[in-house]
Amino acid sequence: MKANSDAYVRISHLGKVYPSQRGDVEALVDLNLDIRPGEFVSVLGPSGCGKSTLLKCIAGLEPVTSGNIQINGRPLDGPPDRLGVVFQRDVLLDWRTILNNVLLQAEFLGHKRAAYRDRALQLLQRFGLQGFEDRHPWELSGGMRQRASICRALLCDPELLLMDEPFGALDAMTRDDLNLELTRIWQGTNKTVLFITHSIVEAVFLSDRVAMMSRGPGRFIDVIEIDLPRPRALSVRETQEFGHYTQKIRHHFAELGILQE
Amino acid sequence: MIGSLANSVLRESRTRDVILVLTAIVILWEGYVWIFEPPRIFLPPPSAIFSEFLKTPGIFVRHMGYTLATTATGFLLAVALGVIAAVGIVYSRFLERTLYTLLVALNSVPKVALAPLFVIWLGTGAEPKISVAIMLAIFPIVIDSVLGLRSADPDMLNLARATRASPLQVLMKIRFPNALPSLFAGMKVAISFALVGAIVGEFVAGGNGLGFLILVAQGQFDTTRVFVSLVLLGLMGTVLFYGIDFLERLMLPWHVSQRSDPGATHPAG
Ligand SMILES: Nc1ncnc2c1ncn2[C@@H]1O[C@H](COP(=O)(O)OP(=O)(O)OP(=O)(O)O)[C@@H](O)[C@H]1O
Ligand SMILES: [Mg+2]
Repeated sequence: MKANSDAYVRISHLGKVYPSQRGDVEALVDLNLDIRPGEFVSVLGPSGCGKSTLLKCIAGLEPVTSGNIQINGRPLDGPPDRLGVVFQRDVLLDWRTILNNVLLQAEFLGHKRAAYRDRALQLLQRFGLQGFEDRHPWELSGGMRQRASICRALLCDPELLLMDEPFGALDAMTRDDLNLELTRIWQGTNKTVLFITHSIVEAVFLSDRVAMMSRGPGRFIDVIEIDLPRPRALSVRETQEFGHYTQKIRHHFAELGILQE
Repeated sequence: MIGSLANSVLRESRTRDVILVLTAIVILWEGYVWIFEPPRIFLPPPSAIFSEFLKTPGIFVRHMGYTLATTATGFLLAVALGVIAAVGIVYSRFLERTLYTLLVALNSVPKVALAPLFVIWLGTGAEPKISVAIMLAIFPIVIDSVLGLRSADPDMLNLARATRASPLQVLMKIRFPNALPSLFAGMKVAISFALVGAIVGEFVAGGNGLGFLILVAQGQFDTTRVFVSLVLLGLMGTVLFYGIDFLERLMLPWHVSQRSDPGATHPAG
């Protein structure tokens, strides 16, 4: 087995330029990162640094300008197999019930709906949405809607889960709740997760590693191992080790003038 | 509880208000004619219009049925053709550049002026009338459908692409349902355009329909019969419009405009 097949996602010398009439926009510069199978990696960076762009490149939604991305040892062409995506905004179809929104994933992947119904109901229950299966998205709160989009992404048991600031728009309590649930789900399976956020605490709490990005054009300034025992309770955030990690990250950003200390 | 009660009363009171206003107009009109006695040929009183209808209800209803059939056929064909054209325009750069541009350009032509041409081409039967109705009704359908099909959430489309949805799935499960509210808005405009088209067609040629009745009555200076036809025409237009409105409520309970939020229906409070 070659060393590079150890990575589930291998990003090498990735560069992305958006062409536009008023000059090209350089979004990503020379990114390198290997994500091991089953690893939870967060990407942390200031607004506009290219986090969403990175996610769209890995999802096969944006062509890369230079370098390449390999998934499971194969160069990426188009969306990878067994992919689940959660976007910054919950995108649910207003005319479908929550259950049918979750089942959309199976329909798109060409699976039988009936085969996934039980799993969908089970996922909804796990995320505290039992009793809301037959409601419509507009009858739910923002947090509930985002939970439903996570259920949809998980429906067909993806190997790779890409999440773009899924909890960015939620209040702190809901966010804690979903952070916990996400770690539980992740621990029970062995999905590879790329999680984008601009919350340092969230990144440290969730991740095996945190990749820090500089202000745009985005490059990785450091990748930090988070060596905290699992399972992690929310109280881990009050420990000294946790504080050590958040401080280190904050300090790093401050050095580059991205954060004030 | 009080909110929903207030809401249903509100909706009922709207109908009541409309009836009240219409009744007031009819009474004022009747009173005006009795007091000032304008020549009958200018303005017959509502009572005369009503009794004129009762003299030959069968004839009026038959002609109204003809106009209704022409309007409905023209409207439905316009919806079918318009939606197909819109899908073509949204999916094909070529059609967008040719068909769409052509349609928009043609829209600025006073289309009723083309009605006589249709009579030359298609004769004096129902076909030219249906064609004029289609020609008038299809523009709002195409334009609003294109708008609706294009307004799908880009992230939703990304999600579909990331999950390898087929183009047909994207059309049927995302774009088309997303376009329905816009399509309904277009249909509400189109239905009255279709009625205009049918009447214009009847004005130009043929021996059927309310348009024909109006033309004949006008030739005989029978203003009362003109008014009977006009009232029936107005009724028909109203019923058709609210029919579509009803269908919209039935089909789009999920849309913002249909949700039973008292704050949304009555913003001023
Ligand atoms: N489709 C596009 N065309 C042109 N430029 C784009 C496009 N999408 C993003 N950009 C630019 O690329 C840069 C990175 O954008 P991106 O959305 O990836 O940032 P982000 O890190 O996700 O920000 P945020 O945290 O605010 O979501 C920005 O400068 C943005 O203006
Ligand atoms: Mg973003």
